[in-house]
Amino acid sequence: MRVNNLHVFLNFEIFILLTAVAAPFIFSFSPYFQGLLIFVMIWIVMGTSWNLLAGYTGLVSFGHAAYFGIGAYAAALPYFHWGISPWWGLLTGGVSALILGYLLGKIVFRLRGPYFALGTLALAEILRIVFGEEIWLTNGHSGILYMTTWVSKYPYYFVALSLAIGAIVSVKYVMRTKAGFFFLSIREDEVAAEALGINTRKYKNIATAISSFWAGMAGAFYMIYMGFIDPEVVFALHNISIITILVGILGGVGTIWGPAVGAVIMVLVQEVFRSSIFGLAPQWVAKFHALVFGLLVIFVILFMAGGVVGDWNLVTAKFRRTKHAEKS
Amino acid sequence: MELLIQSLIYGILIGGLYAIIGIGMTLIMGVLGIINLAHGQLMMVAMYITWILWQYASIDPYMSIFITIPIVFLLGQGISKFLLFPLIKKESILPENQVLMTVGIGMVLVEFARSLFASDYRSVRTGYSESSIHLGNISLHVPLVIAFVIAVIFTFALFVLLMKTDLGRSIRATAQDREAATLMGVSAKKITIFTYGLGSALVATAGVLLLPVYYLFPDVGPVFTVKAFVITILGGLGSPIGAIAGGLVLGIAETFGATYISMGYRDAVGLVIFILVLVFMPGGLKQLTKI
Repeated sequence: MRVNNLHVFLNFEIFILLTAVAAPFIFSFSPYFQGLLIFVMIWIVMGTSWNLLAGYTGLVSFGHAAYFGIGAYAAALPYFHWGISPWWGLLTGGVSALILGYLLGKIVFRLRGPYFALGTLALAEILRIVFGEEIWLTNGHSGILYMTTWVSKYPYYFVALSLAIGAIVSVKYVMRTKAGFFFLSIREDEVAAEALGINTRKYKNIATAISSFWAGMAGAFYMIYMGFIDPEVVFALHNISIITILVGILGGVGTIWGPAVGAVIMVLVQEVFRSSIFGLAPQWVAKFHALVFGLLVIFVILFMAGGVVGDWNLVTAKFRRTKHAEKS
Repeated sequence: MELLIQSLIYGILIGGLYAIIGIGMTLIMGVLGIINLAHGQLMMVAMYITWILWQYASIDPYMSIFITIPIVFLLGQGISKFLLFPLIKKESILPENQVLMTVGIGMVLVEFARSLFASDYRSVRTGYSESSIHLGNISLHVPLVIAFVIAVIFTFALFVLLMKTDLGRSIRATAQDREAATLMGVSAKKITIFTYGLGSALVATAGVLLLPVYYLFPDVGPVFTVKAFVITILGGLGSPIGAIAGGLVLGIAETFGATYISMGYRDAVGLVIFILVLVFMPGGLKQLTKI
């Protein structure tokens, strides 16, 4: 029975992977849709990275933009000052975010619960302001511009896809090791975990390291793909930090596939409404794209606390019940 | 020297406004035990209501207090009754569920405003907007002085409410010990809902008072949400007197930062103080005053 289950599960993952590989070819008629797919991948990386920290380790970070932004600037600054290709950012971006995560951890790990959330938020905001003001280093609000390497979206898509796969696989792997169980114990009860002899500081650092690494990689890729960054974009409180959290919550905190599902739903809902439901609805519907996403988040928190993936059985149960009702 | 006094006075005036933003946040934190990340966004709603009243009905911003505040009070009560209170009993992986809900609410408020008014900058410019009083070499901006005076009156009224009335005693009791207050016959649900409304009304007051000297756009809120929690932590959780002190300290520190460091770092000053307070003095100013 167990083998059978595993078999089904593997099939499911292979199916997802094949779909993801085929997706850009299905949408080959429209670079716009391919661009959306790339954004889905970036949000999967961000959401998965946040989920490891918040969903599994219980450290609800409100400042994930700090890692994203540092990664983006790690790719952009060598180019800006010395003309080194931003592609090196795929090496330096993750590592510099990891170092930043360690340094910030020295401050925020003294804090618990809501204080931790506020501390991370404040630190990300400080970084945003500093990167905007230190013009000699970052060119300030004028940002950094780079001519992107390719016009075609395919190569970018496959880089983004491999980042997304890397993030999901690393979270999945680490949650099967002893460290993963320690993360869960820290989330459930930090004091008890410490009493059992778990070095909570060490394991918080490990979780932060993995999480900040992937967020930094996402930032570096964003720079490479978009070719332009400025502090207000990559360190944005709402557009990066908050949206990352909402992606995680929508899909389901503490589940492997939650953030991925959340990212797909987020981009899908926003785009469907941005195009006025494929042009079927009147034009003014397009203005409500972000509003609808916000309402969806409120609905999910209120009625599906575990997110779409976490409460999937609840969703299916609802449908099954209505089916039964129809029969009887 | 003049520059110093001028900065100090400006800091105190703006600090008075920050204080009522902070008191609203600290009350919500005390009673509901959550950080209200929709705080600045509620202020944005109040500012838009005031702007509409001024634009289409020519009602003076200071007179519109009597219309704006009840509306935002009811809005706050509705939010806590239908969106926040039901979450208390819900089981979820993250205990921060209510905080995340306020994030969602804040987003909806901002996007609603954006879909109605677009992202344009707006402002209310009345006859006295540009006038100022001169005392020697020190100049005082008239709308800011009016705002400060009204803020002080509101703060005073709030303290009468909190200290002298049954309702106020119930609020303080619930903040101190929810279980014990319930056993004494306080309806924790009613108080919770009322407090969120009260907090919203206070931040709405700040919004109305700030509008004549500030400008308005849908994303005006988050900056003030951040300021609100900086003030709250600075003053000590759940302490209205601490929030007043915190508001004044933040106002003065920001103004000095803008004058002596650089205009761009104005908003960073508060955040740096916030981190320092969190790490070295987690009780905030309350730790010193014990109130």
